[in-house]
Amino acid sequence: MTKGIDVIVIGCGHNGLVCAGYLAKAGLNVHCFEANNSVGGMTAPYDLGDGYETAGLATVGYPLRSSIVRDLNLREHGYQPGPAIDTISLADNGDHLVISEKEVLSNNIPEDEANRFKQLKADYREYAKKLEPIFCNKPPRLKNMDWSDKFLLGKLGWNARFGLGRESMYELLRVAGSNIYDVLNDSLSNEQLKAAIAWDAVLGSAMGPRSPGTVMTWLQRLGGELNGPLHQYCDVSTSVSTALLKAADSLGVTVHLNAEVKRILTQDSKVAGIELANGEALQAKTVVSNVDPRTTLLRLVGAPSLDAMFAHRVSQIRGQGVVAKMYFALRGQPEFPGLNDSQLKGKLLIAPTMQYIERAYNHSKYGECSEAPVIEVTLPTTHNPGLAPPGANMMAVNVAFVPYRFAGEPEREALVKKTIAKISEFCPKLESLIVKHRLLTPKDIEQRYHAVQGHWHHGELTLHQSFMMRPLYGAAQYDTPVHGLFLCGAGCHPGGNVTGLPGYNAAKRLLKTRS
Amino acid sequence: MKNYDAVVIGAGHNGLTNAAFLAKAGLKVLVVEKNPYIGGATVSRELHTGWKYSNCSYVSSLFRPEIHNALDLGSHGLMVIPLISSMTFKKNGDYFGSYQNPHTRRKELMRHSLRDADAAIRFDADVLRWCKLIRGFLLRTPPDPGSLRPRDVFEFAYLLKKFYQLSENQLYEFIRFFTMSIAEYLQNYFEDEAILAHYSGGSIIGTGLGVYSPGTAYVLLHHAMGDVDGNVGSWGFARGGMGAVSGALASAFRSYGGEIRVESEVTKISVAGKKVTGIELASGEKISAKVVVSNLDAKRTFTTIMEKNDVPPSLLTRARQFKIRGSSGKLNIALDGMPSFPALPPGSPLTLGHMHFSDSLERLERAYDDWKDDRWSRDPYCDALIPSQYDPSLAPPGKHMMSVFVQYCPVNPEGGWTDDKRKQFGQTVLDQIAQYSPDFKDLLLHAEIRTPNELEKEVGLTEGNIFQGELTFDQLLFNRPFPGLAQYRGPVKGMYLCGSSTHPGGGVMGAPGANAAREILGDLRKPDTTPVEFSDD
Repeated sequence: MTKGIDVIVIGCGHNGLVCAGYLAKAGLNVHCFEANNSVGGMTAPYDLGDGYETAGLATVGYPLRSSIVRDLNLREHGYQPGPAIDTISLADNGDHLVISEKEVLSNNIPEDEANRFKQLKADYREYAKKLEPIFCNKPPRLKNMDWSDKFLLGKLGWNARFGLGRESMYELLRVAGSNIYDVLNDSLSNEQLKAAIAWDAVLGSAMGPRSPGTVMTWLQRLGGELNGPLHQYCDVSTSVSTALLKAADSLGVTVHLNAEVKRILTQDSKVAGIELANGEALQAKTVVSNVDPRTTLLRLVGAPSLDAMFAHRVSQIRGQGVVAKMYFALRGQPEFPGLNDSQLKGKLLIAPTMQYIERAYNHSKYGECSEAPVIEVTLPTTHNPGLAPPGANMMAVNVAFVPYRFAGEPEREALVKKTIAKISEFCPKLESLIVKHRLLTPKDIEQRYHAVQGHWHHGELTLHQSFMMRPLYGAAQYDTPVHGLFLCGAGCHPGGNVTGLPGYNAAKRLLKTRS
Repeated sequence: MKNYDAVVIGAGHNGLTNAAFLAKAGLKVLVVEKNPYIGGATVSRELHTGWKYSNCSYVSSLFRPEIHNALDLGSHGLMVIPLISSMTFKKNGDYFGSYQNPHTRRKELMRHSLRDADAAIRFDADVLRWCKLIRGFLLRTPPDPGSLRPRDVFEFAYLLKKFYQLSENQLYEFIRFFTMSIAEYLQNYFEDEAILAHYSGGSIIGTGLGVYSPGTAYVLLHHAMGDVDGNVGSWGFARGGMGAVSGALASAFRSYGGEIRVESEVTKISVAGKKVTGIELASGEKISAKVVVSNLDAKRTFTTIMEKNDVPPSLLTRARQFKIRGSSGKLNIALDGMPSFPALPPGSPLTLGHMHFSDSLERLERAYDDWKDDRWSRDPYCDALIPSQYDPSLAPPGKHMMSVFVQYCPVNPEGGWTDDKRKQFGQTVLDQIAQYSPDFKDLLLHAEIRTPNELEKEVGLTEGNIFQGELTFDQLLFNRPFPGLAQYRGPVKGMYLCGSSTHPGGGVMGAPGANAAREILGDLRKPDTTPVEFSDD
């Protein structure tokens, strides 16, 4: 019955669908299998019941890579990046700080500080632009390079030396491995502004502003920003996953929902097919996994089918989620004194200083919840009232740091209380508005989205797990030691955020190895 | 006005090494030192009658054997005695010991974890490989990545060639090693908490980072690639304390006709027309020289003893951004007798080596958290040694001298350092040791308590950073001290840097001094007197 399947894609997150789209476009017969009842993974809508919903676990982000939007005709299939939003850092005294893509918009920031911020942002966007080639290609190998690897490395070298010029190149070399804390202290003085940028650099990872490597994560985020400003995901009908599904459909991809894959079948280190949870087996010589690398290799393939040292290295991949999601269904409009209606549409951040973030991070190292958590609040209903009953509102909140190990019922209650109390410092009547809430700890995220240990990016974006070491060497060019098995999720280069690049790079790689 | 070919500012071990090689090439060289004694942070001082303290650096191993040979330091009285063990006391009354003898070491590892005993074989082989690779770069000048001069291109090619001797997977492993935290790196091998804590210690010594901070794995190398008598990874005591190292260097320097002046603080490097002309002393005396070499750290050199006009603004910015945070303290203790450690079996050789008291990664990381908040660690990581067991010249017969290195200690605790706070800090350390040695406090005769503050004031290391600048990967190789300035030459002609701020960094290696000398002699077209590395392949 399965004759004719060229490629099986496991998992219909946005990367899986992007990959499937490209493969189908190249004329392959692609079948996608999704364990949940809808596609999109972390970008799929989340239903809170009683008419409350959100557009996904990912609530804000940057637009999908423009070349992918073009190649897969996503605009025609309804894709619309959501409305652009500002970041608003909340201040105890009501002097909130409004930060847009390229400048600070607040009056309480002195002009020279605002200019320094502008300059810093411009410099780092420039670095991100020069580094861009490495993000949209498979990571080069360091030995046994093919021509495209040599070309890419040459281009990067050229970009750095002649694109940036000698002084800027020196500066990039200095900061590339550095931490965001020192870089920001060197160039800015406003604590709140520094904290807002530092938060951008560490968001989603188990790192504090003082951890070396956080400049690189910030550069990655700025790489996303080059595609367009930060925006709110708030409309399911125009979302990434809806458009990708339509595009895949029109390209002839077959999508199977509620079809959990239990095993990837192998024979002599070659892919033979997959086995579904219901016991059905399908044959295919090529399987692409959108599932995180640890689950794919250790659970779906299984350590016994892998080289022992390779399996050991897979087990050493770092990536424990540290951000919890909290949804609040609100019966009215929350009021944040000092914010007007249009500012309520922004991403509201509670992180007054870099030290505050660092201290919040400290706890997570020991499996504790932050005493004073960093909190990011968005109100998707301010953009799209349809996400809640008339007059009501949805509030989506990221809380960090909440370690994976944390799970017990009393701790959950305490975390919710703590979060409400913290937001209430800026939104005094919040508690009286709450109809219901839902908490997704990293452990819940693991269960619901099948991302091991609940990590957004399927693996920490530290320097030692980036580029040709992501997710691990030996599988960094999307193909794995199991012949015919490819990886295409956020666990691969260039990592998380809704860019679609891992899926695109994986498809390109797969097609190349077939030809 | 006196006239010299070269003046070296600061008689630290690198300044002396540099001066010795210049003098050996026939130059007329003067070393000026602000303190009444030489050595900088490589000293032995009698601060309690009858006891000699190596009161800053306290063990020797990284000092380049090539330099030892080239300057014939043995005949100038330097003798390094190898240390044979290190250990960590556990809170539960047990201990983990690491011995030089491979069989004893394996037996001890097996006592804690069978798996770790096997992993240790892999670990040792891997670390040794990285040591050998890095050692090949220590006595070379890093290439300038912004330059296309043949020399830099050639040097880059050499670097690549060295790296390409590794297999592809080893290349990736090396990059991982270079960018990982020590905790994660060790967890690739070991599982036992005490073993993990024991081997992580070396990675945080002198570093303003914690065991979970990326980049700390590399610092391990700085404490593992040394050797004594060809035993890679082993540590040693200089007989007579660390002052013996600087003493031998000074003696070698003088034997080549060099001159040292103590109590001569330099206030200014004089420059005329983008060229150095000499130095000015605090006494007002001017000394002229064609070459001026600064053994001070890069930040101090560019921001205090050079005129603002002589330093380009971009360089000044880099100097201000240079990460040179102090994070370490030290106690030097005179003891009335040998303290007992009941956890150890009678006659155990483990008291002869490094003794540590932190038995888990969490305790180490929490110590770092305190420092980030400008407090000294409430439960610090200590590296305690009792060198008087080997070296009778350090304490009167039957008495002992103990050196305790302490990580972490802040540069500026809230409200600044006071005598009272310094004592409290010392008390924290003494209390920790006393937990494992009941008679320790009764034997205590005198303790010198040093914080980054003392290190800065006495030795002149900015913020009391023992490496003259943190050894993070943004400040290594061609980035050390700053990108574009990593070839020992300063911003004006005839001015050079030779301290640990420059490649390959601190740890009493002498390599920065030797490398700077090679550059200077090359610029002056004099014969090169500096050694090339011993090849061990």
